[in-house]
Amino acid sequence: MAEVTLKPTGNFDLTVEAETITPDNFAGKTAEEIGKILVWQGPEEYPLANYFDVKGDGGSSAEDTTIVVDGDVPRVKRIGEGMTAGKILIKGSTGMHVGAEMAGGEIVVEGDAGSWAGMEMKGGLLHIKGNTHDHLGSAYRGSWNGMTGGRIVVGGDAINQVGGGMSGGEIIIEGNVKHFCGIRINGGLIVVKGNAHRTVGAEMTGGTIVVGGNIERFTPGFELEDVEADIKFEDIACTGEYKKFTGDYAIPQKGKGTLYVSCANNECL
Amino acid sequence: MAGTIAIKNGYVYDPLNEVNGEKMDIFIRNGKVVTELTASELKDAKEIDASGKTVMPGGVDSHSHVAGAKVNGGRMMRPEDHYKFYQKKTPIAHSGCGYSVPSVYLGGYEYSKMGYTTVFEAAVPPMEARHTHEEMRSTPMLDMGGYLVLGNNWFLMRYLKEGDIEKAAAYIAWMMKTHKTYGIKCVNPAGVENWGWGENVGALDQANIHFEVTPEDIIKGLTELNEMLGFPMPVHLHANNLGHPGCWEITRDSLKIPKPVKARPNTNVEWAETKMKPQRHESVYLTHCQFNAFGGTSWRDFESGVKGITDYVNSHDHVVMDSGCVPFGDATVMTGDGPAIHDLYVLTGHKWSNTDVECECGSGVLPFTYLKSNPVHSVQWAMGLETLLYVKDAWKSIMTTDSPNGGPFIKYPQVIAWLMSNKARQDTFAECHKWAQDRSGLAAETREMDLNEIAIVTRANAARTIGLAHSKGTLAVGADGDVAIYDLDPKALEVSDYESIIRAFENAAYTVKGGEVVSQKGEIVAIPEKKTYYSDIAISAEDEKNMLNDVKDWFKYYTIGFNNYPTPDKYLANPTPIKIDAEV
Repeated sequence: MAEVTLKPTGNFDLTVEAETITPDNFAGKTAEEIGKILVWQGPEEYPLANYFDVKGDGGSSAEDTTIVVDGDVPRVKRIGEGMTAGKILIKGSTGMHVGAEMAGGEIVVEGDAGSWAGMEMKGGLLHIKGNTHDHLGSAYRGSWNGMTGGRIVVGGDAINQVGGGMSGGEIIIEGNVKHFCGIRINGGLIVVKGNAHRTVGAEMTGGTIVVGGNIERFTPGFELEDVEADIKFEDIACTGEYKKFTGDYAIPQKGKGTLYVSCANNECL
Repeated sequence: MAGTIAIKNGYVYDPLNEVNGEKMDIFIRNGKVVTELTASELKDAKEIDASGKTVMPGGVDSHSHVAGAKVNGGRMMRPEDHYKFYQKKTPIAHSGCGYSVPSVYLGGYEYSKMGYTTVFEAAVPPMEARHTHEEMRSTPMLDMGGYLVLGNNWFLMRYLKEGDIEKAAAYIAWMMKTHKTYGIKCVNPAGVENWGWGENVGALDQANIHFEVTPEDIIKGLTELNEMLGFPMPVHLHANNLGHPGCWEITRDSLKIPKPVKARPNTNVEWAETKMKPQRHESVYLTHCQFNAFGGTSWRDFESGVKGITDYVNSHDHVVMDSGCVPFGDATVMTGDGPAIHDLYVLTGHKWSNTDVECECGSGVLPFTYLKSNPVHSVQWAMGLETLLYVKDAWKSIMTTDSPNGGPFIKYPQVIAWLMSNKARQDTFAECHKWAQDRSGLAAETREMDLNEIAIVTRANAARTIGLAHSKGTLAVGADGDVAIYDLDPKALEVSDYESIIRAFENAAYTVKGGEVVSQKGEIVAIPEKKTYYSDIAISAEDEKNMLNDVKDWFKYYTIGFNNYPTPDKYLANPTPIKIDAEV
């Protein structure tokens, strides 16, 4: 496995659009060639070497290539966009759109990630060990087709619109979320182990959402079906007792999504 | 010399002039087709070697939603339609974006690349005429015009109820001049008005709320008035109940209403010297037949009802129609039929918009994706092609996708391939839901259109139907020098290799407008002058004065002032009035 290390050196005054940082793009290139790959910054294009110290050559294929971003790059966007194989390890925080539209391979972010992480993702694994912002695994502006496959794991919190428009794959969040978690989903699985504020599962027509903590304001339009204990989705286990709801019946399409809410943390429901 | 060109040795398809694939030269001088050029003119003229290529008049789209408030509503509500389909600027062309609802510039360029030179906006609400003209003015490459939506107009409904035909005629004539529009569009007659009260109409004899006129009253009234005024085109009808299973019956019955009305187009223009009679004889032009031809009684037993309509069209000569084909993929549904959009929202849950255009009409917009895996969409695909293939005489049909309702106009080459190649259709049957075979008759249809028929349904008949064959849709002497040259050798054409048909029609080898090469193999090479047509109908000053007294009185129902209502000439690129001598 070939390893390419990108050590951030500066010039991040404007954010950098780095959708070219993928194993697919680095494979078959030498460190010098990788340093010459162009990225947009504002209205201009500059080589990667303008921002990073590049060490190591790419592998013979994307599968064979690992990219290590050795530091914080919160002002670098779109790392790993559309990647199909290989691995990216970011040893710090990163900007928006990390792993957007990725179809395979693995991205590990050791710090935090910006909004739109895993946007419209199709496959692979995106592991964010810290927190992330809005639109995790969701559809982009205007679209209603979110994540369709793969898995996103967040060690900390996410904020709004987690998995918006999702139709497949899994999102697992160890921490809390705010508003509109799982809005308009029609498939896939979202597990939030912490709390959610409001509008969980709004307009959902399919798929499954599990909230292990408390939902401060429960979404109208859901009907209680049952109480289940220790639910399991293949390798994802959720312990404890859960109230099982279906919905969202507040829309004309009369959705058939499933929403599990922890009994212990939602006594008033 | 500008606008002077010789197109040599192409295989020419000019159906209005009864030229069917003959190898011949086309000469254009100062933007008009001529019999020949003198030796000295030839020396200065641009010459195109079209040997081994197909030469047709410039394409004419008689029904497309390309400009105005509703199209712009589609642009605003669909950023996702834009960010993956875009074009960079070039030294002469603007940048642009949008797949199903392109920006005005991109829309003009994309049409031109396919060999089209004339496009008519399908629905102009009177109050939005100014906006529509602003967008048409900014749409490059195309001569344009628009149809005024009058099927639910308060003034007309009241005049029709009261039987005041003189004032109704005066009102229509005045409205055409005021809004610089070309013909009469009638959308869900009587139904859109009811939608203001959350209702629709379900039958031709159902009177609507307050005005108490029926769809039948409106269709009869408008088609009679249309001929009384001598409009270049027939009334353009979007029938009631559109998009509901079983709607084909009301559509057929609507077509029966104008049967006794005799076509009397009375345009005062110089006609190109076509061999065929270039004037229309139809009293109704049905639009997007496919959407009006749903069979069955629900989505469960949904099936094609096209045959019920095409049987009627085949046995009657007062109807012409366009198809509204569905080529699969992303579309944006936009129509003046507000309730139909609401029904689609209930069905799909997508974002949607609806507007009540005060005193006049309504409209709605909703994004839509036609999927090969969806049973109903697959039948709709088959139905769109049935509407063209079942009509025996190509002069009764026009190829459209009701762009962007069935799909964007950039899919026309794909539709042409399906019409020309049974193999193309069979290959699509293999990919789409089996309902397409089980619930339509298309699988058994073996007809393959030839290039002459394609030229009829994509330009000649569109121009003839809307009364523009005096200058468009033909290469007869005196016509506008609009030519499309396709890299398709009719002598070597194998329709089973339908990909080559798609490639040829996607990017014309040359698009010539007014004798100037404007696009070449998908690249815009010149930005030509453009014209905007409208109908200028002469009526008696007395009738106009009486009618205007009513209009000014009723203007209290509008939120804009009477003086701000008209669209001034400055909003039009080269305003081109078509003079009409009305008989009233």
